[in-house]
Amino acid sequence: MTLSVTAPSLTTPSAATRQMADAWRRQTSLRRFYTVLGVGLLLVAMFASMWFADEANAGHFFDRLPHILDFLSWLIPKDWNDVWRALFDVASPHDTGTQEFNFPLGRVYVWGGFYIPEYFELMITTVNVALVSTFVGFVFAVPFSFIAARNLTPHPALRLVVKRFMELLRAFPEIVIAGLFAAIVSTGPIAAIIAIGLHSIGALGKLFYEINENIDMRAEEGLRAVGGNWFERVRFADLPQVLPNFMSYTLLRVEINVRASTIIGAVGGGGIGEELKLSISRGFGAKTLALVLLLFTTIFIIDQFSAWLRRKLVGEQAFMMGA
Amino acid sequence: MERQNMATMTAQEMLSIEERYPQVFRRPLYKRFAPLFLFVGILTYLVYVLWFFSLPQVLRESHWERLPLFLTQWISYDLQPEFRLDQPEITPRYPRFSALGENPNPDWVIRNPDGSFTVLIDGAAKSVTFDKALATIVANGQTVPMSLTSGKPVVAGPVPDWITVHDDEVVAKMGFVGEVRVTVDRVKVRKRFLGWANFVFDTRSPFFGKSAGEVVSLIVSGPELKPGTSNLALAGDNIWNNAQWQHGDVWTKLLQTIVMAFLGTLLGGIVAFPLAFFAARNITPSGVLSQVLKRFFDFMRSVDMLIWALFFTRAFGPGPLAGSAAIFFTEIGTLGKTYSEALENIDDKPREGVLSTGANGLLVQRYGVMPEVIPVFISQTLYQWESNTRGATIIGAVGAGGIGLKLWEAMRTNSNWANVFYMVLLILLVVFIFDNISNFLRRRLSRTIHDYNRLQAEQG
Repeated sequence: MTLSVTAPSLTTPSAATRQMADAWRRQTSLRRFYTVLGVGLLLVAMFASMWFADEANAGHFFDRLPHILDFLSWLIPKDWNDVWRALFDVASPHDTGTQEFNFPLGRVYVWGGFYIPEYFELMITTVNVALVSTFVGFVFAVPFSFIAARNLTPHPALRLVVKRFMELLRAFPEIVIAGLFAAIVSTGPIAAIIAIGLHSIGALGKLFYEINENIDMRAEEGLRAVGGNWFERVRFADLPQVLPNFMSYTLLRVEINVRASTIIGAVGGGGIGEELKLSISRGFGAKTLALVLLLFTTIFIIDQFSAWLRRKLVGEQAFMMGA
Repeated sequence: MERQNMATMTAQEMLSIEERYPQVFRRPLYKRFAPLFLFVGILTYLVYVLWFFSLPQVLRESHWERLPLFLTQWISYDLQPEFRLDQPEITPRYPRFSALGENPNPDWVIRNPDGSFTVLIDGAAKSVTFDKALATIVANGQTVPMSLTSGKPVVAGPVPDWITVHDDEVVAKMGFVGEVRVTVDRVKVRKRFLGWANFVFDTRSPFFGKSAGEVVSLIVSGPELKPGTSNLALAGDNIWNNAQWQHGDVWTKLLQTIVMAFLGTLLGGIVAFPLAFFAARNITPSGVLSQVLKRFFDFMRSVDMLIWALFFTRAFGPGPLAGSAAIFFTEIGTLGKTYSEALENIDDKPREGVLSTGANGLLVQRYGVMPEVIPVFISQTLYQWESNTRGATIIGAVGAGGIGLKLWEAMRTNSNWANVFYMVLLILLVVFIFDNISNFLRRRLSRTIHDYNRLQAEQG
């Protein structure tokens, strides 16, 4: 074989090279144009949104900006020890009978002189709401997810019904369910549990059936071969495969539900959210700081604990995209 | 089936299987009983929660009968004419702001020639006819006359079970379509209609009570109903400012909610983007900085969106600005965390390649890192955008602007469930549309990511 290809000169490129370079340049400039256009549109939308949000707001951004620190000043208590006193319901020397410093009033006595401080009791309520509603979500989402998975469903029509139902539960605003049930079971944690629980069924169900659709079907086929019915196949072939992932998502849901339960609490669901809203709206510095500290610490601990547990359950993939 | 197979197995075979799989048959005690402990633990917790929320008591005291009532109010409305019998002449009276407008003359209220009235609640099959002395209720195939002359209504003959006789009032319940309440001095009727009343034009509008064809012809070629304004503009204004449905306000608030989610997520992404490079363990110039930033992200996330919303509502006043700021601050944490984790999972080879050409730090990030992570970043941002669009409704209810507060206020009185349902439908629509946009964009992006991975695999 003879080598007859002339080396492309760097100074005078061949026609073919020039053509290729031109094509490449055209392609990149087109892509760059699209990128600039996209970013430009996004920026326009962003500034329009900013203007709109500012117009619609009660106070305007640039009017209020210099006063941000004024607003923070009420937050700083005269006596920093009051934060601890508020947190643990210890009597404050500044107590003049107003609601701002009546810390011991909220004590929840359990046994003789032993009491649970008010805010801890409220935090427990909020966490319990989150745990129970996650439990409710899990209990219903597991069977629903097996019905809704394409590869495991007992009947395609049933699958469609369950899928749509879960979609509806997921998209339905929690606050409406909470408001509806507040009128039925009275305002308080039960309405919050129903609202968050129903939402959790939809949210967990979707994640669960997506896991179910990716399982290894060989175990299922094995059980089918020995004549296992639908329930037996799901229980002994599918559930063991997916349970660690289910638990991982459920723990993630606990984290989300603690936050949801706080927010629902603020609009009448009881628990720490309501107290925080009251405290901030009345401008109680020490109480607000105590509540924020407690809420922050609790959420932080739950997040870290759940992350640790999830890592143990399914490894690093628990933290992959979309989890 | 299984049992048959077991029966054909010899004891020796079973033993050998046990030998071969010790990890299945001889597990440590704690592992064997773990499910049991878990079960007992959950059961104990549930009993504790039952006590903690005093669930039996709450359920006993709750008003489940309200649920179907509220749910029917979502998709229906009622009219409640009242007829005074103690006046010289019987005249129907409607509550103020009734859905019929100022001069109601519905065809289901009939003035008979003899001075008595007939109200058709569900045609003639469910109706009430009355004068000052006698009321006759017809329903479920039965005709029940009652005399009104002896100080309290007296039902003649047996009382059917759909009629309740109180001290001075007789109540006839007719299911969904309504009810009749009779005392000696008045007859109250509640007639329920499926649908939403006056959804387009309210009773004050000049277009009220006109059919769609009439409205269209008025707009196209009718005389000006309000001098100086075209009929089209007037109709638009009437719809937008419909007093009962408040379309204008609802749609503006809905837009606020959408804007809150969009602005908060986008700004969060813009701030989190550069910070994530400094927080990623494999890219950061300093390990301390990485740790500080990661704790900062955790902090922003753990100070709940509610706390941010309450603070910013106090700082900026209620409105979408407060909501956007709350989502923005939470998103710095969430997106910062996910971005930096995506950066820590990148393939180092492109980076080394760019580095080997002698490029400076910024160029290495631009050409060695960004092509790999940008699709992942955008995908995660879209995911958060989607989730914030749902979440923005609820923080609105604490004063952070948007439709949440409006929704909450409509629910407070328990009387405006149709309006609530209208807003719910709009929210569902918005969530549905945005989910689909976000899913579409993410699917396209995941194709990009997929192509990228495939190319990398092919090129070894």
